Amino acid sequence: MSRNLILGGLLTSVFVIAALLSFVWTPDSVEAMNIANRLKAPSADNLLGTDHFGRDILSMLMVGARTSIAVALVAVGIGMGLGVPLGLAAAARRGGMLDEVIMRMNDLIFAFPSLVIAILITAVFGPSATNAIIAIGIFNIPVFARITRGAALSLWKREFIMAAQVAGKTRTRISVEHILPNVANLLIVQGTIQFSLGILAEAGLSYVGLGAQPPIPSWGRMLADAQTMVSLAPHVALIPGLTIVAMVLGLNLLGDGLRDALDPRLKVVRA
Amino acid sequence: MTLLSIENLTLAIHGTPILKGISLDIPEGEITALTGESGSGKSMTALATIGLLPKGETTTGTITFDGANLLFLPESQMCDLRGREIGMVFQEPMTALNPVQTIGAQVMETILIHKAMPPDKAEERAREVLARVGLPPDRFPLSRYPHELSGGQRQRVVIAMAIALRPRLLIADEPTTALDVTTQAQILDLLKRLVKEDGMALMMITHDLAVVSDMADTLNVMRHGEIVEAGPTVEVLREMRHPYTRALFEASRHQADLGDAKADAPLLSVQNVSRDYPLPRSSLFGTRPQFRAVKNVNFEIRRGERVGLVGESGCGKSTLTRAILGLEPVQAGQITLDGDPVWQDSHPNLTVRRKMQVVFQDPYGSFNPRHRVSRLITEPFHLLPDPPRGAARDAAIAEALTAVGLKPEDAERHIHAFSGGQRQRIAIARALIIKPELIVFDEAVSALDVRVRAQILDLMANLSSAYGLTYLFISHDLSVVRSITDRVMVMRAGEIVEDRPTADIFASPDHPYTRELMNAAPQLPDFPEVQDAPHLTF
Amino acid sequence: MLGYILKRLISLAISLIVASVVIFVVVEIAPGDPASFMLGINAQPDTVAALRTELGLDQSKLDRYLSWVSGMLTGDFGTSYTYRTPVSQMIADRMWVSLPLALYALTLSTLIAFPAGIFAAARRGGAGDLAVTGATQLGVAIPNFWFAMMLVLIFAINLRWFSAGGFPGWDKGFWGGMKALTLPAIALALPQAAILTRVMRSSLLDILGEDFMRTARAKGLSSRQALWRHGLRNALIPVLTIIGLQFAFLLAGAIIIEQVFFLPGLGRLIFQAITQRDLIVVESVVMLLVFAVIVVNFLVDLAYAAVDPRLRTRT
Repeated sequence: MSRNLILGGLLTSVFVIAALLSFVWTPDSVEAMNIANRLKAPSADNLLGTDHFGRDILSMLMVGARTSIAVALVAVGIGMGLGVPLGLAAAARRGGMLDEVIMRMNDLIFAFPSLVIAILITAVFGPSATNAIIAIGIFNIPVFARITRGAALSLWKREFIMAAQVAGKTRTRISVEHILPNVANLLIVQGTIQFSLGILAEAGLSYVGLGAQPPIPSWGRMLADAQTMVSLAPHVALIPGLTIVAMVLGLNLLGDGLRDALDPRLKVVRA
Repeated sequence: MTLLSIENLTLAIHGTPILKGISLDIPEGEITALTGESGSGKSMTALATIGLLPKGETTTGTITFDGANLLFLPESQMCDLRGREIGMVFQEPMTALNPVQTIGAQVMETILIHKAMPPDKAEERAREVLARVGLPPDRFPLSRYPHELSGGQRQRVVIAMAIALRPRLLIADEPTTALDVTTQAQILDLLKRLVKEDGMALMMITHDLAVVSDMADTLNVMRHGEIVEAGPTVEVLREMRHPYTRALFEASRHQADLGDAKADAPLLSVQNVSRDYPLPRSSLFGTRPQFRAVKNVNFEIRRGERVGLVGESGCGKSTLTRAILGLEPVQAGQITLDGDPVWQDSHPNLTVRRKMQVVFQDPYGSFNPRHRVSRLITEPFHLLPDPPRGAARDAAIAEALTAVGLKPEDAERHIHAFSGGQRQRIAIARALIIKPELIVFDEAVSALDVRVRAQILDLMANLSSAYGLTYLFISHDLSVVRSITDRVMVMRAGEIVEDRPTADIFASPDHPYTRELMNAAPQLPDFPEVQDAPHLTF
Repeated sequence: MLGYILKRLISLAISLIVASVVIFVVVEIAPGDPASFMLGINAQPDTVAALRTELGLDQSKLDRYLSWVSGMLTGDFGTSYTYRTPVSQMIADRMWVSLPLALYALTLSTLIAFPAGIFAAARRGGAGDLAVTGATQLGVAIPNFWFAMMLVLIFAINLRWFSAGGFPGWDKGFWGGMKALTLPAIALALPQAAILTRVMRSSLLDILGEDFMRTARAKGLSSRQALWRHGLRNALIPVLTIIGLQFAFLLAGAIIIEQVFFLPGLGRLIFQAITQRDLIVVESVVMLLVFAVIVVNFLVDLAYAAVDPRLRTRT
């Protein structure tokens, strides 16, 4: 196992465990405000200090991890669930109408960054974590569709696929039986990368108020609240920021490690 | 006079020994050939000479050129030698040129990088040298891009780049392996002419004994990183002191024992078949132009017949194959097997397809790497309405594997555990398992080394007499078809130009194109006394 | 070549039409009536009706779509529901902050990524490569808005080299404007530069394994010369794709970064419009952003043709 895989796996599991743990236990309540105890630097009582309402930052981060992970994970699910079948279908009939339509739709979605989608949805339905999921999820669809199509197209040229055709299998069946298992590695690695991009996007959306709404704690929201306090108590901005960096770094290392372990030649996309 | 002298050269890459003490001399004005099967170390010898070995190499010994040991020459001096004193031509002309630069710029670069002449003179020289390799400037201006040229023309550009400064040594690493046989003959002639005119030395690397037999002055036969036999070409080929040389030679001209032809009722019938491909639109609103890849082709294969289909790349043989297999519809005409159409109501006809199987060229690409042999070779069972299960399935697997010379136990192994030749046996087992009426061999031995190829051809011949197989053997190589078919069809530009019994075609080809193909194919010399000698003397 | 451009232009037009329909439809399904929202709950029904006529809300959906699109084509983006001023005027003022910011960041990111990527690829596996790859690994993990906050903390609050936010306006001088945009542009550019460096590096490494690079070496080019003369232009093809994609992210990122630095750009406009439910402003700004991205991708397609002669001959 590579160093990347171990380090990335460890970092990621720390956050996942912290998020799961927060369901049953946090060091302090995330709702109880204690103005007297506000903006305290890290200490034995509050390991990572307190925010402007005197809430324990460690507890907020643990609960916030839930939001981040849930949003990013569901968004990856949407992207894979819709993007992979579309990519497989497009590749199975290369150059056909379906392929053309799917690829044009992909190009179009690429012109709508998640933030723009989130702005549109929020303008219409008001802000919520669901918006963030939909916005990030929609943007994930063309990413998965495109890499699946690309990998599938090169597989369709391989002779073992022709052999399966000669054996009388339908294109759908070949896609599921032969193509999908052979692109699975790529999807796992790309999924990890989209997960990490989802964490970043969710933080950005909740920072500008388009994601999870208070009182649900979220990492981006914590940074937005910290902005005016940054000169008084730098730790309120520093700690949540470093948390995001650590989580994203962990996922990226995990992705690189998985790629090296599964197949170093995998063509992943990072944009 | 000796120009390059390699002495006791050893090479290891990341600790794996590749060359084990190679010694050879290359004299000026002569052609020195290195031959051997894949993995023999012939290409690595060339790369060591020009100093472009892959990373992680360790070398010992000496490569003396102009009094200097190239192995110890500093990189800057090596750069100075490359292109000026030593030129190199590679195997794959389609990728050897920079796709985003004109051919003129690429030829001129050789001259300019060595500051051999000012830019205007260099441009003039580039035109001259391109004309010299057969690309006259009126038809091939310097402003052409590589993608506008054919494979043979690109190889000429690569040669032009290598000889622009008249190097004293030219290294050619399988320069014609990727080319069609007629193009190959032209490129070989060009190389011979250049050696003669410039008096340079040519280090010629090839796996094909026939290619070097009539052009090389000296022949070095390599195996497993060693030169097993060396000497003047005629002598080496006449005496063949080393058993390996002899084995190579015999495998190259191997004739499988096909047995008698029997031709019963018609099995496959191809009637007036045409196949079109849409080309990219030439104008935005016009209809898409069509390219007719197969033009009104007619033939029949009778039960028990073994038929060859030969043609150069782009002649339409692959397109025709796909149509016969029912993978694609045809635009005109009909293909029937046993009277039933292979394609019906815009779908492949499965009742017909289960009577046909195919063996592909690439022994590495034709299997899903994730599956075991048992699953791979039983894939055609999907075609059967009632596929065998349990013990019957195991028996079928064992029978197919045994038939191709493998063991029933091999069924549980993964495909990566097998060599290229074994994989091709597995591919044949997969084709045999549902006992098809017709097997299509699509360039099935083209990727194999000559000795393995001979074994696979023997296997086909044996299976053909044991099972009474009917097959269509598709190849770009006339000489392979000769030993394995009763009848040969020659295809060119979408049409079948000649279709006659194999023996007749080879005795007296009718069509000028068939004759051209035969003349272009390099021939091994006949040394009857060697063939008769039962044992070797050392 | 002309055919290629024409084909791209047609696909650009189709993308724009589809995008405008999507945006219009999404905003159309918004609950509530802008006219009654603007006048408050106590408004008289006839006043509301009058305003609806004034805003054109009583026309059919198709008519409204067509007049929205034809208006935009002539530079008329309609009237803001909240401020009753032309939307085009509001956008024009803000655009001169957001667009320069995005372009400034794109320039910075390219200027950082190209040398860094080439440097790393040329020293594959060496210490320099490891340092660059490590830095990019960190760079892609940093949220740009948080990075912006840290830049403010260090360079504005502690060192006092820059002001912590705000924009003096271009009429107060070019350099003053550029200075105000410098920290935001760095914050935007660095994470993007990290991505672009990785793409540049891996694309170059792919090219280094190509046959024609070996041919170049056989001609007598040193490995560095081969990299510069033959590697770079070929490696540029995938890099261009990423630059095109990144422009969309930079525009979107600019909207977020403007919040950190209190810049009066499109971001501020759009978030105000969202809270005030000024849908026509939201609709127009989003259309403009999408328009910018689609046009940039069209330019990237043209750049492809300039780099790759194979595209020029194919129509």
